[in-house]
Amino acid sequence: MTRAEPLRPTGSRPARAFLAVLGRDVFVTGRELPSFLAQIVVQPLGLLFIFGKVLGELGYAAPGYAQLLLPGMVALNAFLVALQNTSFPLVLDFSYSREIEDRLLAPLPVSWVAVEKMVFGALRGMFAAALMVPIGGLVLGGIDWELGGLLFACAVLVIGSFSGAAVGMTIGAAVPPRRINIMFAVIIAPLMFTGATQFPWVQLDRLPWFQVLCLANPLTYASEGMRGALLPSVPHMTPWVALLALVASCGLFGALGVHFFLRRALD
Amino acid sequence: MTPAVEVVDLVKKYPKASGNAVDGISFAVRPGEVFGLLGPNGAGKTTTVGVLTTRVLLTSGTARVGGVDVAADPVGGRRKVAVVPQRVNLDRSLNARQNLVFHASYHGVPRRRRNELADELLERMGLADRRKARIDDLSGGQSQRLMIARALMHRPEVLFLDEPSTGLDPQARLFVHERINDLRSEGVTVVLTTHDMDEAEKLSDRVGVVDHGRLLTLDTPEALIRSLPGSGALDLTLGRDGRGEQQLVSLLTGLDGVERAEPVGDPGADGADLRLRLYVTGVPSELLAPVSAVLHEHRVPVRELAMGSASLEDVFLHLTGRELR
Repeated sequence: MTRAEPLRPTGSRPARAFLAVLGRDVFVTGRELPSFLAQIVVQPLGLLFIFGKVLGELGYAAPGYAQLLLPGMVALNAFLVALQNTSFPLVLDFSYSREIEDRLLAPLPVSWVAVEKMVFGALRGMFAAALMVPIGGLVLGGIDWELGGLLFACAVLVIGSFSGAAVGMTIGAAVPPRRINIMFAVIIAPLMFTGATQFPWVQLDRLPWFQVLCLANPLTYASEGMRGALLPSVPHMTPWVALLALVASCGLFGALGVHFFLRRALD
Repeated sequence: MTPAVEVVDLVKKYPKASGNAVDGISFAVRPGEVFGLLGPNGAGKTTTVGVLTTRVLLTSGTARVGGVDVAADPVGGRRKVAVVPQRVNLDRSLNARQNLVFHASYHGVPRRRRNELADELLERMGLADRRKARIDDLSGGQSQRLMIARALMHRPEVLFLDEPSTGLDPQARLFVHERINDLRSEGVTVVLTTHDMDEAEKLSDRVGVVDHGRLLTLDTPEALIRSLPGSGALDLTLGRDGRGEQQLVSLLTGLDGVERAEPVGDPGADGADLRLRLYVTGVPSELLAPVSAVLHEHRVPVRELAMGSASLEDVFLHLTGRELR
């Protein structure tokens, strides 16, 4: 371009627009911190308390079950918070509020806006997962993890969060707004219970149909990856298989999500 | 000079639709011009604007803004344009001023500049005291002004306004019109879509009338009005004296130079006065004498006889017909 643009010397680059759009989401999270914290803490805290503490105290859960539960709960929070924080705002954006239009008209490819939504959802998922660790320690009165697996567990959480965000993008862009009320019942609840968060997937061999069903849920690989890294004594899926499956789910649902997003964003 | 907006043989067919929403439209908008796209609901004007603002993918043809082909380079196109939509799409998670500042940040306006610009535009749009307001607390007119301010934050070359004053009270409407005139004097190209004839006539340098996805005509409002068959008019108020409407109409349309006569306003009771508008082919003043002569001859009481002129609305109805969409 020969025309001088003194107003914005470096401003026209899509990467910069991408960061600005991400910056907006981070800024808004700061403003809505209390409600965000409530969203990510209350539900997993309740699950952990009932299954890990109450059932154990009453003698209905075997000793050690609470420790088995915690990595699954961390994985669940990463995956589900990422999923919900990508899908719900999107459903609203495309129907009632139309707020996203200003970002769709920003100088960056529309598919990048979809990617930004996923990156942001994943960041929230990672934050939620990290927060579960001290909370779990408090509720269960201690954490008994193999620290050598921490790095691998972090990798699983990061990729698991992205996978949740990608599934969230697919759902959020595909579900029509008037169906949002059944989204929880028919999509999110089944994801919660088929994700091997409360049980080791390997030991499902007595329920083979359920074992196969769980394989369709990316959360299963996140839970298995977490337990494999942090509780190697519990039977678990081969760690690198879990990691690869998570990466594959990111690719599959990410591509699907962007495809649906483009269909909604452009006529 | 590169046109600010250039559309050539533009066609848009939505999937599953039977016909083309835009069916071969071509026009060009000069830099600094205020251009009105006029048409009934569903005529294709919003789709045309959607293509130019990269939200609608074209089926065939070419659409350029500021010399950038929007189909080939949508990101480049988005740098050139700004859109003020009909429905409020402000960011409800941000306050009024933050809406402006974040918009500018998406467009890469440096931080200091965008803060200055936001204050300047809030002032200009009469929103200085609402800078910290939540979006939900703004009135319709305030939201509209804030959306205009937001659109101007990245200094677009072409500003698209979709039905800019629908739903606004007369004060807010006038304010918006004044701001649009300001933009014209600053050399910003404005494309507005509207079905408000007065607005189009008042604001636009040139007007294109669109219907059924096609451009029916394109000219200055004055030229369009002049081109209307029977563009001059005489307004009459007549006492009926027991005569039917039809009888009076045929009396007048029998005169040379009268194109047609149409009743104006409510038909009223049989005994009430009849208001007619006569569309004439020549100069209206030349018909003053023959009209009063024929009415006098038939002893029709004349309450009022005045020269009227056709408006853009007459042009619009002449071109697009009267049936409801």
